[in-house]
Amino acid sequence: MLLIPCPYCGPRPEIEFGYGSEAHLARPGAPQEMSDEDWAAYVYWRKNTKGVFHERWVHTHGCRRWFNVIRDTVTYEILAAYEQGIEPPAVEIETYV
Amino acid sequence: MQPFRLTEGGLIDRSRPLHFQFDGRRYGGYAGDSIASALLANGVHLVGRSFKYHRPRGIVSAGVEEPNALFQVGYDPKTEPNVKGTIAELVDGMVLQSQNAWPSVGFDLGSVNQCFSRFLPSGFYYKTFMGPGRGTKAWMLYERMIRKAAGLGNAPTRPDPDSYDKTFAHTDILVVGSGPAGLSATLAAGRSGARVLLVEMDNALGGHLLSAPGSEIDGLSGLVWVEKAAAELAALPNVTVMTRTVCFAAYDHNFFALWENVSDHLTDAERAQHQPRHRLIKLRTGQAIFAAGAIERPLIFRDNDRPGSMLAGAAETYLKRYAVRAGKRAVLVTNNDGAYRGALALNEAGIEIAAIADLRETPSGHWTAEARERRLPILAGQGVFATEGSKRVEGVRIGKIGADGLSLAGGEETHACDLVLNAGGWTPSVHLHSQAKGKLVWEEEGQYFRPGVTGQKGQGSVGACNGTFGLGAILAEGHAGGAVAAEALGRSGPVGAAPAAGDESFLPLRRLWLIPADKPLGHQGKHFVDQQNDVTVADLKLALREGYRSIEHLKRYTTTGMATDQGKTSNVNALTLVAGTLAKPIPEVGTTTFRPPYTPISFGAWMGRDVGDLLDPLRKTAMDPWHEANGAEFENVGQWRRPWYYPQAGESMADAVERECRAVRGAVGVLDASTLGKIDIQGPDAAEFLDRIYTNAWKTLAVGRCRYGLMLSEDGMVMDDGVTARLGEQHYLMHTTSGNAAQVLAHLEEYLQTEWPDLKVFLTSVTEQWATAQIAGPYARDLLAEIAPDLYLSTEALPHMSVTAGKVAGRKARIFRVSFTGETSFEVSVPSSYGLGLWEALMRAGAKYGISPFGTEAMHVLRAEKGFIIVGQETDGSVNPHDLGMDWIVSKTKDFVGRRSLSRTDMAKPDRKQLVGILTKDPKNILPEGAQLVQKDGPERPLPMLGHVTSSYWSPAAERSIAMALIKGGRARMGERLYAPLEGGKTLECEVVEPVFYDKEGSRLRG
Repeated sequence: MLLIPCPYCGPRPEIEFGYGSEAHLARPGAPQEMSDEDWAAYVYWRKNTKGVFHERWVHTHGCRRWFNVIRDTVTYEILAAYEQGIEPPAVEIETYV
Repeated sequence: MQPFRLTEGGLIDRSRPLHFQFDGRRYGGYAGDSIASALLANGVHLVGRSFKYHRPRGIVSAGVEEPNALFQVGYDPKTEPNVKGTIAELVDGMVLQSQNAWPSVGFDLGSVNQCFSRFLPSGFYYKTFMGPGRGTKAWMLYERMIRKAAGLGNAPTRPDPDSYDKTFAHTDILVVGSGPAGLSATLAAGRSGARVLLVEMDNALGGHLLSAPGSEIDGLSGLVWVEKAAAELAALPNVTVMTRTVCFAAYDHNFFALWENVSDHLTDAERAQHQPRHRLIKLRTGQAIFAAGAIERPLIFRDNDRPGSMLAGAAETYLKRYAVRAGKRAVLVTNNDGAYRGALALNEAGIEIAAIADLRETPSGHWTAEARERRLPILAGQGVFATEGSKRVEGVRIGKIGADGLSLAGGEETHACDLVLNAGGWTPSVHLHSQAKGKLVWEEEGQYFRPGVTGQKGQGSVGACNGTFGLGAILAEGHAGGAVAAEALGRSGPVGAAPAAGDESFLPLRRLWLIPADKPLGHQGKHFVDQQNDVTVADLKLALREGYRSIEHLKRYTTTGMATDQGKTSNVNALTLVAGTLAKPIPEVGTTTFRPPYTPISFGAWMGRDVGDLLDPLRKTAMDPWHEANGAEFENVGQWRRPWYYPQAGESMADAVERECRAVRGAVGVLDASTLGKIDIQGPDAAEFLDRIYTNAWKTLAVGRCRYGLMLSEDGMVMDDGVTARLGEQHYLMHTTSGNAAQVLAHLEEYLQTEWPDLKVFLTSVTEQWATAQIAGPYARDLLAEIAPDLYLSTEALPHMSVTAGKVAGRKARIFRVSFTGETSFEVSVPSSYGLGLWEALMRAGAKYGISPFGTEAMHVLRAEKGFIIVGQETDGSVNPHDLGMDWIVSKTKDFVGRRSLSRTDMAKPDRKQLVGILTKDPKNILPEGAQLVQKDGPERPLPMLGHVTSSYWSPAAERSIAMALIKGGRARMGERLYAPLEGGKTLECEVVEPVFYDKEGSRLRG
């Protein structure tokens, strides 16, 4: 079970959180002007990164707030956690084959 | 009388004799015994029959690695199968049964399987029952028979009367194992001032030192050093020591699962009432030190499974710890030096060492030298290639091993003995390191895997589980591990000096485990790799000939390494054999994945107190006591318990529902609607927010008015619906479906926080703050007027879809004029604590109008008569508003969540499943919900399925059955005949109609 550092509450066990998949995907401003393909890419297609991944979490059983996490999907190490709406902090990117 | 018990020595308490039964016979033991040691003290080696061939089996080990000594303990329902006799403590009055034997372990009919063993090869089940033309049905039939004949013990048939606990724990440093490495690490870490938790699965500290008390540490005998260490740890307030507690699982971020055996070692009389049987502890730690020790690896020879054939280290444990002689005349077969220590100890205790068959051409090493000095009969370059006897070893055949290790080089002799000591080196217990995704490296010299790079920060292995085998080196490594962990946490207190001891490991060894016999493999006997699963060397070789290469496939195909011991004595031997046969280096073959649990734990501990009523929370409304007192039948909606219907004396469910429906249509009914989800929405941008969330427009909604809304997921599918009221300029109250309230709130929060953080809106769940009674029927207004005399309830003052506030039954209330039944209807909400009072007032005042409470079933019928959908019944996540015929509620001028998806061409395809009404030709037939509908009635198969029935009821208003269904291209099929083929061969003819069956104009609900 991950230990997730909520930027508002501090480190808490994973069972308090909900997962929100890939981070930094803004909802398009004018969906009606998009092609079906582009819209499907926004709704359905997500990265399946092996390695450093920016993802969203929500502290469901805590402050109920959404935030972003940088996590290595191989080691599960959490490299950073930060609030919505800010640029992700720089982290060392481990690459895997 | 325990004929094989020494008169002195060991760690048993001779002043506390215990009695127990095994297969109906009474035996004696002592406090401090394990089940296995007590049986051996009585000369009992034959303890069970094997899984597949029902071969007689004896005690192999003295620990968790035991493949054979599994017992059924106690009586139903407190009975437990597969109890490992080698680690379970003997309890006074214990009743043990052998497993896999019928009628008895001495004479077992199942042993005829041995005669047919050539028909039971590896992959037997797959080949015999799952091939082409056999199919699932045949497998299910045979499986039942096989399970009866095989299987491991019996499950209890009644609920477990014991209680169990679950708890959380936190520490700075976890140390797993209290052998010399673990104790040394705990001492260092504890002295630093860090919080340390030491867990030991055994009932005493010391680990290997309990079996080798002669070892000398810091000039003290091993056990005296353990006592001194234990005393020092007990005096440190920052150190917690738990015995009978196994760390069985490593998860992410230094999260571990521990299983504490609280009371299995106690009799019912000794056990305190409040104590659970077992406890599951979920632990988060800063640092983890694994000091789990090592497990002895057996050699493989023909009929190596005969009772009396035992790991050399186990025989030493039984002797030193339990003061039990495992036999009278022993033969040691070994490929290494370390095993000589046990032979020396046994010899000293009066057991005759008939021979030491040492596979090494030139035996050498510390203990070998001592054995030479004591003139033990060492046969260099020789090995035991077979055992003789039936239910107990009577002798062994020893031969000279060729230099290639693949054949005998003559010199065969038979040696009589009743004990074979088997020693093939040691395998580090890397389980936790590997579960935590640590890498393994292959150690050539000792021929084992040991931990490499850890998978997580703050973890390390010390001692034998790290591949360190000399006692001095183990102590030093443990000490350093403790110091490093403390330093990583910023604890800099003095850690003292590392304990010192001699440094003999079990090396050197000869790299040979499969001892060649005088006959080819599989002739005149069996060479077992895995005794628990009856897997032989021949089975592995067959699987390889059949083309299996991946070690994970080989495991599953042959079953090597499965079941309760998880291959603790067999995995490395299997790997070695596979690598040898494939001529590949062992690291290339790799290991199977290590998964929790390290050793079996009870289901009870997983559940803890979460059983019965505590399994899942049950949410009850404020009115629930009335429902219960008035005989309601309940149904659960999500976690809510809701009245389903209120049967009166002699009424069936159908009778009650019909009566409730007629009351609503003809007089007045009242429904407990408290469970509807309620979300309070406030802020200057609340209307804008609703506009983006719902498919229809909200900015035009006036204060005091309500509007029905449909909510979509971004994929364009319906996710929720409900009525939202505008209570003030910047204040709305949203209603959600009962089961969906939490998901809807989460959905709203997500969009608000992540997509539109600029919107000034607050969301608050108020579901539980309000109790709601829905009053419906022609007399609804009259009834409400009686208990709310101050309110204007006329259609002019309070039209359909409006809201007002005022006093109802003397309490402040909100009154919504909305209708889900099709009748004039008011939903009255009061603060929850007044809910029951409101309900009682309604029932009192309603008596003269013929009021009836109605439950969810009548509500479903009434709304279906009107063609109102229920999200989750008419929808399943793949249904869009077009499919439901609800285009009228979808705005074409603004963006909302799901709009773009809804405008994909696929979403408007004419052959999508669309909501229609269905009438059976015979009005008395009620279609089952879920029934498939097809175009034609006839014998040909398959019939293309057009869709299915989503709702189906007897309608009192229509005086016939009614149904709704999702049908491909349904709206274009109005008037068409369809057929519903039902279970049992009956087919019902139906007609497709509009999905409204009552008051199509809606005059009643507006009236």
